[in-house]
Amino acid sequence: MKLWQKNLILVLLVVLIAAVPLWLLKDAEFGGADGMAEELITETNPDYEPWFSPIFEPASGEVESLLFALQAALGAGVVGFVLGRMTAKKPGEKQ
Amino acid sequence: MMKRSVCKRISLLAAVLALLTIPANAMHIAEGYLPVPWAFGWMAVCVPFVVAGFLSIKKKVALNPRAKVLLAMCGAFAFVLSALKIPSVTGSCSHPTGVGLGAILFGPAATVVLGLIVLLFQALLLAHGGLTTLGANVFSMAIVGPFVSYGLYVLLKKTGCKPALAVFAAAAMGDLATYVTTSIQLGVVYGNFLEYLSIFALTQIPLAIAEGILTVVVFNVLEKYAKEELRDLSVL
Repeated sequence: MKLWQKNLILVLLVVLIAAVPLWLLKDAEFGGADGMAEELITETNPDYEPWFSPIFEPASGEVESLLFALQAALGAGVVGFVLGRMTAKKPGEKQ
Repeated sequence: MMKRSVCKRISLLAAVLALLTIPANAMHIAEGYLPVPWAFGWMAVCVPFVVAGFLSIKKKVALNPRAKVLLAMCGAFAFVLSALKIPSVTGSCSHPTGVGLGAILFGPAATVVLGLIVLLFQALLLAHGGLTTLGANVFSMAIVGPFVSYGLYVLLKKTGCKPALAVFAAAAMGDLATYVTTSIQLGVVYGNFLEYLSIFALTQIPLAIAEGILTVVVFNVLEKYAKEELRDLSVL
């Protein structure tokens, strides 16, 4: 099997892993609900006061998703660039 | 007929999983959610690892100047993977860590620095994780995860396991180990270790598999096109 075929199958497998829960658990919230572990903490330790809050918080869910997309885009750009250079034919190299 | 029973089984499985469902956002420990002594304790624990990490990177890059670009790629890979919040069978989302690749290629010490960069970015810009919990989060994601990945990879390689398979297992188990560590970190402070484990580790199982697969995808390309570099880093 060619490399790209093998990798394509693997990537599709990952997509499947991510998609199956969405399809199986139609009622689940898939909480972007930031802070559910925190909820458990506050539930079980009602006296606990977080003693520090984030210095900067994204203004909204949209801004947050912008930053997350930016993070992924930056990373993917670098990964693609390096892999691209690596797999490129070197000058003078025969096919 | 056959199809129907499979369908039934799947829906039964779904029902069981739904019962287990705790709405949770399984990721790093949030800002301010560790008591002061724990917060600074974990930071102190991490300091020697971070120092060792910088030294290790310096040494590795001096030995293999061509590896620099690979190191950048490993950092970038962790950036991508830790930005992907993926739905899981527990009905909540979590994200992979992406540090397994760096650990396998450059060893766990160097990867501490990569993980630290990712966690700092998320703590400062995304209010995800936090500065006060940075020590604890670095310990789980940038120390325990990479060490488990690296150890497992070396071990499996010794037993003659196929490199791609060893990479898969190493990356997946490192990912899982990170979230088990997070559960322990919360458990020792607040009790309810098992509940945290079900929030963090259970959610993480399919994601760990996904991370293992994605790491193999990149590794496959490296194995074909960067064989020499991998040999220089004694990965192969």
